[in-house]
Amino acid sequence: MNAPAIEFRHTSYRVDGRVVLGPLSLAVATGDVLVLLGRSGSGKTTALRLINGLLLPTAGEVLVQGRSTSAWDPVRLRRGIGYVIQEVGLFPHMSVERNVGVVPRLERWPAPRIRARVTELLALVGLPAGDFAARLPHQLSGGQRQRVGVARALAADPPVLLCDEPFGAVDPLARAELQAEFKALTARLRRTVVFVTHDVREALALASRIAVLEDGQLHFCGSPGEFQTSDDPHVRALRESA
Amino acid sequence: MRFFEYVIAYRAEVWQRTIEHIWLVVASVGLAIAVGVPLGILLTRRPRWRTPVLGFANIVQTIPSLALFGFLLPLPFIGGIGARTAIVALVLYGLLPIIRNTFTGIAAVDPAVREAARGMGMSDVQLLWMVELRLAAPVILAGIRIAVVLGVGIGTIAAAIGGGGLGAFIFRGVAMVNHVVILAGAIPAALLALMADGGLHLLERGLDWRRGKG
Repeated sequence: MNAPAIEFRHTSYRVDGRVVLGPLSLAVATGDVLVLLGRSGSGKTTALRLINGLLLPTAGEVLVQGRSTSAWDPVRLRRGIGYVIQEVGLFPHMSVERNVGVVPRLERWPAPRIRARVTELLALVGLPAGDFAARLPHQLSGGQRQRVGVARALAADPPVLLCDEPFGAVDPLARAELQAEFKALTARLRRTVVFVTHDVREALALASRIAVLEDGQLHFCGSPGEFQTSDDPHVRALRESA
Repeated sequence: MRFFEYVIAYRAEVWQRTIEHIWLVVASVGLAIAVGVPLGILLTRRPRWRTPVLGFANIVQTIPSLALFGFLLPLPFIGGIGARTAIVALVLYGLLPIIRNTFTGIAAVDPAVREAARGMGMSDVQLLWMVELRLAAPVILAGIRIAVVLGVGIGTIAAAIGGGGLGAFIFRGVAMVNHVVILAGAIPAALLALMADGGLHLLERGLDWRRGKG
């Protein structure tokens, strides 16, 4: 067994003395697609932001590639982690091409290599560069914007991808399609993915492992099959709500 | 038209006063940008400074301009008779719109955009330069435009403390009770304000990211 790509070790996060998350101990193996499943306020987004150092634990630690996030240079840490959020957060003043190429530009890739990479990624997320490269974000639909967000997160080939309800604001039809493509994409690229959602069906569709969070505590961690048969009351409640 | 006869007869002085006037505005707005934009950025990073800094800039705006020129006269280094004192006063007036618009423009950037930028590993400087200032540019420029128009108008009072500019005609005309002489200062000043306003407005539209590519 390889060292886990990401590991929470007795990690807690408090705000003003109130525990938002933890203590949490959880390891994500390289190549896993771990879905953090929970209601809003369960601490799942906090857990995600602890991985890329947007938050630092108030107790315990989070290891990324064996190194504590508080020991990483935050910029270096984040350049190696793709990040997709529900609101997408595309840069409204940059074309699709420039949005996708942001991290490679920050990493000072030569221009022809950036262009080739952007074309490749846009094709990968189903937005041919010929049609879409020059558009501005406000000229795209919600689903298209989210695809650009995924392409942007993958641009510099990060070994880890974090997704915070990326398909939450997309209409149901486009969501099912995006989920299917996302699953195919992660299977092909073999990235370590941590995916936050409150949608049980989405979790079952995408996960290789599911972790159930409630009130900042981990209540279940296992394969989708184990999730389906678990007797844990939290898991049962989630299953019944789906 | 006696106005045109006067302007033609005194064209050399009208020209010289206009150049003086432009210099007053360019120098003072330049300094106000150099101080105001960094201050506005600082306010987005240090919430506690917002009230005192904006409050101070607000109070300065309420001081009647002739009084402010008068207050500055006896001060060492920045005071005294001449253009320097006038420029200091104009900088103080220009600060508020520039600080406020820089702050407002950056504060209006979508938090999701900021979250994404940090999450993908932009440093503070990269976030500011590549994202926040680009998105806030039209708003900041609108503040600069207000400062310029304000400066052209208030700049006419510089002549009261020997600062030169088109106000020289206005004060002379008032003393002579001759409205033609007043107009020889007032009309070029109004034209300057209109041209600066129009030109900067065009630049503002050019910088607006909604209209073009980034």
